[in-house]
Order: sequence, then structure tokens, then C-alpha cells
Amino acid sequence: MSTAVHGHTHGHDDHAHHPTGLRRFLTTTNHKDIGTMYLWFAFAMFLTGGVMALIIRAELFQPGLQITHPDFFNQMISLHGLIMVFGAIMPAFVGFANWQIPMMIGAPDMAFPRLNNWSFWLLPPAASLLVVSLFVPGGAVAAGWTLYPPLTVQMGMGMDLAIFALHILGMSSILGSINIITTILNMRAPGMTLMKMPLFVWTWLITAYLLVAVMPVLAGAVTMVLTDRHFGTHFFNPAGGGDPVLFQHVFWFFGHPEVYIIAIPAFGVISQVIPAFSRKPLFGYTSMVYATASIAILSFLVWAHHMYTTGIPLEAQLYFMYATSLIAVPTGVKVFNWVATMWKGSLSFETPMLFAIGFLFLFTIGGFTGLVLAITPVDIQLHDTYYVVAHFHYVMVAGALFSAFAGIYFWLPKWIGRMYDEKLGKWHFWLSFITFNLAFFVQHFLGLAGMPRRIPDYALQFADFNMVSSIGAFGFGLSQLLFLYIIVKAIRSGEKAPARPWEGADTLEWTHLPTPAPYHSFETPPLVK
Amino acid sequence: MKRNSGLTKRTIGSRLTAAFLAASAAPCLAAHARFNLQQPNSQLGQDIYDLHTLIMWVCVIIFVGVFGVMCYAIVKHRKSVGHQAAHFHENTTVEVVWTVIPFLILIGIAIPATKTLIHQRDTSGADITIKVTGYQWKWGYQYLTGEGEGISFFSMLATPREQISGSAPKGEHYLLEVDQPLVVPVGRKVRMVVTAADVLHAWWVPSLAAKQDAIPGFVRATWFKAEREGVYRGQCAELCGKEHGFMPIVVHVLSAEKYAQWVSEHKPKTDTAAVDVNKIWTLEELVARGEKVFAQNCVACHQANGMGIPGTFPALNGSAVVKGPKAKQLDTVLHGVVLDGKPTAMQSFAHLSDVELAAVVTYTRNAWNNKSGEAVTPADVKAARSKSGSAAAPAGSSTVASVLHAAR
Ligand code: HEC
Ligand SMILES: [Cu+2]
Repeated sequence: MSTAVHGHTHGHDDHAHHPTGLRRFLTTTNHKDIGTMYLWFAFAMFLTGGVMALIIRAELFQPGLQITHPDFFNQMISLHGLIMVFGAIMPAFVGFANWQIPMMIGAPDMAFPRLNNWSFWLLPPAASLLVVSLFVPGGAVAAGWTLYPPLTVQMGMGMDLAIFALHILGMSSILGSINIITTILNMRAPGMTLMKMPLFVWTWLITAYLLVAVMPVLAGAVTMVLTDRHFGTHFFNPAGGGDPVLFQHVFWFFGHPEVYIIAIPAFGVISQVIPAFSRKPLFGYTSMVYATASIAILSFLVWAHHMYTTGIPLEAQLYFMYATSLIAVPTGVKVFNWVATMWKGSLSFETPMLFAIGFLFLFTIGGFTGLVLAITPVDIQLHDTYYVVAHFHYVMVAGALFSAFAGIYFWLPKWIGRMYDEKLGKWHFWLSFITFNLAFFVQHFLGLAGMPRRIPDYALQFADFNMVSSIGAFGFGLSQLLFLYIIVKAIRSGEKAPARPWEGADTLEWTHLPTPAPYHSFETPPLVK
Repeated sequence: MKRNSGLTKRTIGSRLTAAFLAASAAPCLAAHARFNLQQPNSQLGQDIYDLHTLIMWVCVIIFVGVFGVMCYAIVKHRKSVGHQAAHFHENTTVEVVWTVIPFLILIGIAIPATKTLIHQRDTSGADITIKVTGYQWKWGYQYLTGEGEGISFFSMLATPREQISGSAPKGEHYLLEVDQPLVVPVGRKVRMVVTAADVLHAWWVPSLAAKQDAIPGFVRATWFKAEREGVYRGQCAELCGKEHGFMPIVVHVLSAEKYAQWVSEHKPKTDTAAVDVNKIWTLEELVARGEKVFAQNCVACHQANGMGIPGTFPALNGSAVVKGPKAKQLDTVLHGVVLDGKPTAMQSFAHLSDVELAAVVTYTRNAWNNKSGEAVTPADVKAARSKSGSAAAPAGSSTVASVLHAAR
């Protein structure tokens, strides 16, 4: 069966007539080109946000103000957060969705190819607004990525640029999600029932619904800030009858699902990689689907756990504490399922698997500190400290980013037809793993001992761990240059990839398409049994 | 460890070795404040501390269990030792078990957590109530009820700017020292009603287990009951702009007798401002006093050299307002600057005394290149005030009753 499909798609590829050079990428409607652009864009943003992180860590290397002015420091923490969340992690996973979803469900392309092009090309202008805002009078937004008023009402025009950037990014996400939902629901190959879809596709289906639900909420929140700033409204101004805390409710109604928008596709990647290198099917597929869906639903019901110290009523604190703790149950199910998948497998430890295991390890730590923070009295002590910073970097960096690395090493042979350098890949993993923990594990101690987050300078008892953390951060940053080198080397001179580089990988893109994948995936749909 | 020798004496190398040694000793020193919550100084703090310890151990045990299994698989079930993959991929029983057990564990955690939280939110029966107001970037305290009622003052960072910029060695309590600490008696329930004047802040003293966001326009309450005398330090915990890292909190917990003495010493202080007004000030005296007021209240934005920060905070050196008629400048400092109906970072400084305002205005009119040679007197300030009706009352004008009523 696989040869038949092979012959056909190959034949088509020969008369693929698409423009070349820059025009190819400006006008392309091909899911693979667009996926590639998403991934490179995300990587560029990752480096930009990374440089900002290093400026932050350089300032915090020692007590005292050495290299930044406090206001510039605040601009760095704000832009670092916004760029990493909206510019790096989210687009990276949309890149995966673009490349993988059509291939994994046996479709020729995405459902709305032109919309797909437009979703991508909205991103560069939005990112430029964020970066340019550094150079306008007053500088970039300096109120943190959470943009809490009234501070955001005090900001200069950099704030307005950030608001517009978020509008555009939100639009891009909504359009991309509509495309993904339509593709998954309408373009599956015959026989590919929902419950036969690879888990990665499932996680994206759920994520896309989350995005469509919450991006408008964020847009609403920042628009209210905009009108408070310029058009005389008082949504968040108590002098005019408004309430600053209202913003926090609206923001976190977006913000908590956002965490899962980032994490759930990461779960999807891991759920493909672990079975492949365990040479054993995913344990508890059905319960994985249900666990993912329940995490998504619960994520709408827990937002005020970011607001325990605002003075919400006791009853609300109790409810949000219980509901938040509940998320530990489906999350636990996922971790148990992954470990059970490895149990009695035939494991091998190529780079994708190393990153997947690293993910499992570190994401679980992040999950546990999340449970600690869910418990209201403890959170009241730890809220807005470095403990929280450590927690969400374990979830976002060790979670989402490590899984993105796993995915890239895993699918790169399929995408470019060449292998990466396995030895260097392993170096990349170990360097990242060690320096990540150096940078972020000690931050738990800092937070416990009472160091607030978002401060450019600190008391002397925090000096030692800050120095360790900064060294780790620089190591982590440099390790990512190695990643860039590995990818470029693979593209230029990597060994030719065999048709099935991973013997345990059994989704359609591996079993029914040649390597590298042809420009148009499935001209005629494969039959899934 | 003595740290008042400043950073200069400790080399980076020794610092790192210390940190690594400390980190590797982490497990056996788990109770030490370096790796854990600060040592609590209240029953509530202790309850929270214990709750955290309980959850940590639960997490550690589960972690070791799950990853023990995983590590076993990594060692024994690897392809390189010739392990053949099994093909099971479902087992309803285990799936039910590992859904239900975590659920039960969560209930086990939720019970003590609920108890602690209910205790924590019970602000009733306070012996003393203090209103705290967050400003950019200082704290205002006002003793509303109980012993000390009527006392009010501001509290701001006392660390000299030279220590921050690195031109002087850093002191022992670098960034955690204030000009005037909050003073409370030991063993008494102190209720803090918290609000803010401009943006969000959060009043937080870790060892007293009290953290509460300060929200402009709203009053929220928290409480603490210190068990031991001593000095307890904390910081603003909610990003509040440029100087967010520089608005510490210091609480002096005194014995009942010492507290009573402190109260008696501080009560009369409130009318020293009135005495001052009758004094005739010379230009030099005003400038000298004004330089101090400027250093405390204005330097964060307008900078010591009067040049401000271009684009954000205007220069006062050469400013048209400062060189122009004094009425306009008095209006600026008394009412702040409001543009298009929105307050700017230049807030009202009406809470400063007439003397302080006269001094700082005189200072700015005579410092740097502004050489007007002219003094603005406390009487001028008084006149400007009475024209506009802005009294020198710290921490807003809300009555005690309305604050107590609004705080939850
Ligand atoms: C939180 C930062 C901040 C602090 C503290 C501050 N100012 Fe200002 N000040 C400003 C800003 C911002 C403006 C400009 C407001 C505008 O016109 O938009 C300003 C404007 C002024 C002006 C008018 C200058 C001009 O040329 O328009 C004077 C005079 C002034 N401040 C005096 C003072 C004095 C005296 C103090 C100390 C008692 C002080 N300020 C403290 C931020 C601050
Ligand atoms: Cu503050």
C-alpha cells in the first residue's frame, strides 16, 4: 500500500509549479512552507526574547544596579514575557500543526490555504510593533506581560503599540485555529475516525477551541485598557467607578486557558514521541483524550488562583483552591500513561526521546509546584515571588520548549529528508537540561526565602542563588546556538534520511509518505483501517 | 554570617562555591531558611509553613515513586539490553486506581488547607487597626484604632542611592531598610487595612505571613499577630512601576511597655508642622531643608541633577514651571499634574507639611541652573492650600469609620 501512494505523490511533485525565492514564501498557500515559516519565525522570536532574558539575568547577576535602569529592566521583563508567549511558543506549535496535521490525518493540505498564509503574515508586523515599541518615547510597556492597570494607564505609547500587537496576534491565532478545526473535522482520510486520530491531532483540536474561546477575551481586556487610556472610559479607574481588579479577572479568564494552549500541543508531541521510541503503542489512548479535554474544560474554571492576594472573598478562594487542585488529577493521568507506555517497551534514547523524558521529568516538577501554589494559604506567601517564576518556567520552558525540541528532532528527517547529527543533538539535550535546572531550580529557594519577582535589584541574602541562576541562564542561552548549528548543519549537509528513520513511529506521515514528504501530502486519501 | 562589609570583600568565586556547597547540602538542611520559607513569627505563619511541608513531602513521595518506575524501565526495558516490547496498551483497573488515589490525596491536603485559610481570613477581634497606603514608591501608615490611634507617617527606602549604584559598599540590610519602620506590640492582633493611592502594590512581610494587594479605590484587610519581638522585613510584592524593587517594609515588634513608650513619643509629633509655620525661614535654611525633602520625595523621578529622565520624567532644571510664577509650581506639587482627566505620575504632594513643601519648592527654584534667589515661604503654601482646600492629611481623606466599614 505504501508504495502505491509513494508513486503517486512523487509523480505530482514533479510538476509542482510554485514560485521560487521570496515570492514563494510571500504568496505560498502550502501548509509545509507556512509551517516552516512559523517555525523559523518562532525561533527568531525565541532568540529575541532570549536576549532580553539574558539582559535581565545579567542585571541580576549581582546586587546593585549595574547595566540597566529600573524602567528599562521593567520593559525587558514585560517584552520577554510577551514575546516568548505570543511570538515564540505559540507560533512554534502552530508551525507543528501546519506541517503535521494534514500529513497525520491523510489530507492534501489545510482546509483554508489562503487564510493560512494570512494567519502567518499577520505575525511579523505584530512582532515588529513590540520590538519597535522599545524605541518610542517612554519606551516599551513596562508593566509586566500581565499588563495590570492602573500601571498600564501610566505607560507611554509603547503600551498602545503592545495593545495593537496583541490584537493582531490574537487575530492570527483565531484564524489559524478556525483553519485547524475545519481541517481536522472535515479533511480526515476515510476510516480515520476521531478516536483513531493521533494524539497530536487531538491535542490541537482541543487547543484550537481554547484559542477561539479566549483570544477575544484578551482582546477585550486590552481594548478596555486602550479606551481607559485615550477615550475617557473608567473600566479600571476607581475614581470613575471602575475596578482595577476587573482587569485581572478578564485577563486570567484568558490567561489560564492560555497556559494550556501552550501545554496541550506539547502533550501531543510527547504522546507521539514516547510510543515511537518505546516501540509500543500509547498506553490509555482513550483516557488521554478525555484527560486532555477535561484539562481544557477545567482551565476555564480556575482563573482566580492567580488572584488569591487581591482580597477576593473567602468562599471564592476556597472554590478556586479546590477547582485548581482538581487539575492535578487529569494531569497525573497523563504522566502515569506516559510512564506506562515506556514500561516494558523496547526503549532507545535518541535525541527526541531524551527531550521527551526531560520534559516528563521537569514538567512533573512544574506540575507539583503548581499544586503547591494552588493551595491558597501557601500561595499567599509565594504569590509574586521567584517561586512562581520558577514554577512557570518549569511548565513553559521545560514543558513546552523541550517538547518542541523533541518534536523538531523527531520530524526533521521527514521534513527535510536529512538526519541531524545525533551526537550533537545529545549534547544539546544535556547542556539544555543541566543549564535549565541551574537557572531555574534555585529560583524556588529564592521565592521561598522571600524574593519578589520583577525587581531589578535585591537584598544581599539572595545574592548567591541569583548568581547561580544567571550563570545557568547564560549557559542555557548559549546552548540554543548549538541547536541552531545542528539544524543548519542538517539542512545543508545532513546524511540522507532513510524512509523510516524511527522504527516505532507508525502514524500516516511515516507509513504512507516518502521521506522527505512531497510538497503536496496526499493527493488521494489513504485508506485507514 | 556578617555581610556589612559589602560585596566588594566577597569575590565571585567564593560566592559561587558557597552557593554550590549550600545547594548540594539542600536535602539535609531542608528546614533552613535558605531553602525554605522564612522562619515564621506567628501561629498562622507556622500553620502555613507546616502545610507547605506536608504538600512538599506528598509531592516528593509521588515523584520518587513515579520516576522510580520510569528509571527502572529506562534501565531494564531498553532495546540495547535486548528487551522486547510488550503490546498492552490499556488496563481499566489501573486507570481507575490512578485517577482515584490522587483525588483522595487531594482531599487529604484540602482539609488542613481549608482550616488554615479560614483562620487566615478572619480579621475580626483586632487589638489595633492600621491603614496602610501604597504610593509610588513609599508606604503611608495611619493608626486608626487601638493603642497608638492617630499616629501617622510615611515609610520609605533608607538605603542611600550610592549603595545601589555601587559607589559605596552595601550595608547589612541593603534595600530592606526604611527611614521610619512600622511599630507594633508583640502578641496583639494587628489588622492591616490596605489600599493604594496610585497603582497596585502589595504589602508583604513573609515572616508575619501577611500579604495583601493594595488596590487604589478599594480597601482590603489582612492581619498578623507577632509572637516574638524583633525586626521583620518585607517588600512590595506587586509590580508598581520603576521603583517597585525599592519600597521595602520594616516592622518593629516591641514589648507592650516599649510600644507604649513609642506611642507616647510619637503622638505629639503630629503638630510639629504647625509650630514650624510661625518660624521665619531664611532662603539658605529653606534650600537646605528642601534638598532633603527633594532627596526623599522627588529624586526617584526628577533625579538628583534635576534632569529627570527624558521622555518619562521632565527635567526641573531649566523647567518653565520652576522658573515661572510660584503659584503655578505650588499648584503642581499640591495637586499633581492631571492631563486629559487622567492623573500622571506626578501625583499630589499635599500630604507634605507646609514647611516641607515651601522648602522643596524653594530648593528646586534655586538648585542647579535655576538661580531665582527667591524663597517660597510656608505661609505661601498655606495660602495656596486654603485657596484650593487641600489639607495636609496623610493617606487620603477617608474617615476611619468608612475605611473600617469598607475593608473586608
Ligand atoms: C513618580 C514620579 C515623580 C515624582 C516622585 C515627582 N514627580 Fe514631579 N513630575 C513627574 C512627571 C511625570 C511630571 C510631568 C507631568 C506632565 O506634565 O505630564 C512632573 C512634573 C513636575 C513639575 C512640572 C515640571 C514641568 O516643567 O512641567 C514640577 C515642578 C515637579 N514635577 C516637581 C516635583 C517635586 C517638587 C517633586 C517632589 C516633591 C516631584 N515633582 C516628584 C513625576 C514625578
Ligand atoms: Cu509597590
